[in-house]
Amino acid sequence: MSIFLNEKSVVIVQGMTGAEGTKHTKRMLASGTKVVGGVTPGKGGQSVEIDGHILPVFNTVSEAMSSTGANTSVVFVPPKFAKAAVIDAIDATMPLVVVITEGIPVHDSASFYAHAVNKGTTRIIGPNCPGLISPGKSNVGIIPADITGSGPIGLVSKSGTLTYQMMYELRDIGFSTAVGIGGDPVIGTTHIDCLRAFQDDPETKAIVMIGEIGGDAEERAATFINEYVTKPVVGYVAGFTAPEGKTMGHAGAIVSGSSGTAQAKKDALEAAGVKVGKTPSESAQLMRAILGR
Amino acid sequence: MDLFEYQARDLFEKHGIPVLAAGIATTPEQAHDAAVKIGGKVVVKAQVKVGGRGKAGGVKVAADASEAKEKASAILGMDIKGHTVRTVMIAQAAPIDSEYYLAILLDRSNRTFLVMASVSGGMDIEEVAHSAPEKLAKIPVDANVGITPSKAKEIIAAAAFPAEVAGQVEDVLLTLWKVFQSEDATLVEINPLVKTVDGKIIALDGKVTLDDNAGFRHPEHEALIDHAATNALEAAAKEKDLNYVKLDGQVGIIGNGAGLVMSTLDVVAYAGEKFGGVRPANFLDIGGGASAQVMADGLSIILGDKDVKSVFVNVFGGITACDAVANGIVQALELLGSIATKPIVVRLDGNNVIEGRAILKAAAHPLIEQVDTMDGAANRAAELAAK
Repeated sequence: MSIFLNEKSVVIVQGMTGAEGTKHTKRMLASGTKVVGGVTPGKGGQSVEIDGHILPVFNTVSEAMSSTGANTSVVFVPPKFAKAAVIDAIDATMPLVVVITEGIPVHDSASFYAHAVNKGTTRIIGPNCPGLISPGKSNVGIIPADITGSGPIGLVSKSGTLTYQMMYELRDIGFSTAVGIGGDPVIGTTHIDCLRAFQDDPETKAIVMIGEIGGDAEERAATFINEYVTKPVVGYVAGFTAPEGKTMGHAGAIVSGSSGTAQAKKDALEAAGVKVGKTPSESAQLMRAILGR
Repeated sequence: MDLFEYQARDLFEKHGIPVLAAGIATTPEQAHDAAVKIGGKVVVKAQVKVGGRGKAGGVKVAADASEAKEKASAILGMDIKGHTVRTVMIAQAAPIDSEYYLAILLDRSNRTFLVMASVSGGMDIEEVAHSAPEKLAKIPVDANVGITPSKAKEIIAAAAFPAEVAGQVEDVLLTLWKVFQSEDATLVEINPLVKTVDGKIIALDGKVTLDDNAGFRHPEHEALIDHAATNALEAAAKEKDLNYVKLDGQVGIIGNGAGLVMSTLDVVAYAGEKFGGVRPANFLDIGGGASAQVMADGLSIILGDKDVKSVFVNVFGGITACDAVANGIVQALELLGSIATKPIVVRLDGNNVIEGRAILKAAAHPLIEQVDTMDGAANRAAELAAK
C-alpha cells in the first residue's frame, strides 16, 4: 500500500512539450512511472518520442483521459497558464492533479482550489511542490527516484530538498509514500490530509512530518494528530532563525506577528506527542529509535 | 510587496474609493507647497511600512502650510522602529465623527479570502480583535464569486454598520474587492474608514500588500518598489535572479531549496552557540540547477558582505548531481580569483556524491574544506567564523 499514488497510477503530463515537462517526463518514465501522454493546448494530435516511448499529445485533459485512461495529471505549465491548465483537469474530473509549477499568483491558486472543492472530484497536490513518490510503484513530479526504496515510513513535507534529505537519512529503512505538499500560501493537500491517509494506510508504520515557518498548518496538524493519529510521528520544523517579515524563498514562509514561528509549531507538535528533532539528522535518529533500526 | 500609505491611497483613488486630497514630500519645502495646494488644516504623516507610527510621533496636525513645513521637518529623518522616514504624506484634515475598519485578505488557514469589518476602527483595532472579538466580523469570500451586493449587505449586517452609512459602505466594499482582485493583492485594509461629521464615508488610511508572483500581469507595479529601503547586497542579488535575504550574522550560507536553506540557517545558529553566538549572515537559495555561473554569482554576493567571516555551501544533490555542483564551485573560484578570500566549508550529499567529493579533493583549493555531514559542516563553518 501507499497513499495517493500506486502501481495503478496512470499519468499524463500537462506541459509535456515544454523544456521542464520533457525533462521530467523522461525521469518519471525512467523510474517506472506509467506516463501515457501529455496535454498542450494547440498541439493536440502530435506525438512526442521520449526514450523509445511514443507519447500522444492532447488539447485537453478530458480527451487525454478518455483516450488513455489516465487517473493522475502532473502540471509543469508556466505560471501564466497554470490556472487554465488546472481548471481543465478539474473540469475533466481528474482524480489527482499534482502542480509542480512555482510562482503561480495566489489569486489563481485560490481560484482553482475553490473550484476543486466545489466540484469535489479532484485532489490537488501543490502548487510549488516537488510532487510525490511511492518508491517502486510510481513517481509523479521531480523527486529523485533513486534515493531510497519502499518501506514503512510515510513522509509529508512543505519543502522539496528537506524531503530528499530526510529520505536520504533514512534510506536503509525506506518509505511507503513521500509527499511534498509545497510551500505556497494556498495548497491543495495539507499536512492533515496526508496524516489522515498515512494513519489509514496499513503499510505505513510511522510518519515523518516536516514543516516550516509561516501560517498555522503545523499547529492544526498537531491538533489533528491528537485527535486521530495513533501511529508514531516524528517532526522537524525549519526556520527558527528566520527574521520577522522576510520571505525565505517559499511564498508562504514568512513570519508575521507571534503566530507562525518555528518555536510555536515545535511546541504545538510536542504537546501532541510528536517527537521533534532540532536538526534533520536528529529527527532521523528519533525515527530510528521508534522503529528500532 | 507592502505598499506605503500614499501608494495605497493612490490605488484606492484610481479605483474610486473616496479618499482625501493629499500630496507627498521628501523635503519640508515640498511639504509646504503640498499644504498650500490642499489649503487649510492638514495632517503630516510619516510614510513607513511599520505599525505604531502615530504613537511614535510620526503623525502631526498642522494648522497651515508653514506649520506643515515645520512638522514635516521634524518627522522627515525620524527613525520609527528601525525604519527611516524618507517621505511624508500631507493630507487634508477631516472632522471625524466615527472610525470603522474594513479589510480583505488571504485566509491561509481556510485557503480562501476573508473580509474583516468593524465599527470600532482606528489605532486599536488589534486590541479590539483580541479583547472583544465579537466586535470584529469575519466573513469568508469565495475566490470565484467575490463580494457581490448581497455579500456586502451580509458583511454590513454582521459588523452592525449604522443604517445611515450602509449604502456608502456597500459601495466601498464592492470597490475594495475590485482593488483586491484586479491588483492581485493579498491584503487591502482601510483603517480607519471614517464617517465625517457631515456623514461622508472616507478611507483615511490604508494598507495594501501585492502578490509578487502576479508581477507578470502588472508591469505598472514595478514603479511601486521602494529601492531606497532595499539592502545593496539584496539589490545586487535580485539583479542576478538570486533568492537572497541579508541577515545579521557571520557565516555566509549557500544551499539548494528554500526548506534546506532555512534548515541550514538553524543548524548554523545552533552550532554558533558554542562559538560565542556566531549566526548565519544570509539566506541564499540557488535552486535546482547549481551551475558554475550561479555558484559564482552567489559566492560573489556573499563574499561582498563585509560581515561574512566564513562560508557554508550546503547542497543535497536531488536532480542536480553533486559532481556538477563540485565543478561549479571550482569554476566559480577560478572566476572570482582574488575576490575569494574567506574559508569555504562544503557539504555535499545525495546524487553522485562520491564523484562530487572527489572533484573537490582533486582541486585541493586552499579555501575549500569538505565535511561529510550537515551538522559537522555547520559546526566547522561556525568555528571558522569565530576565529
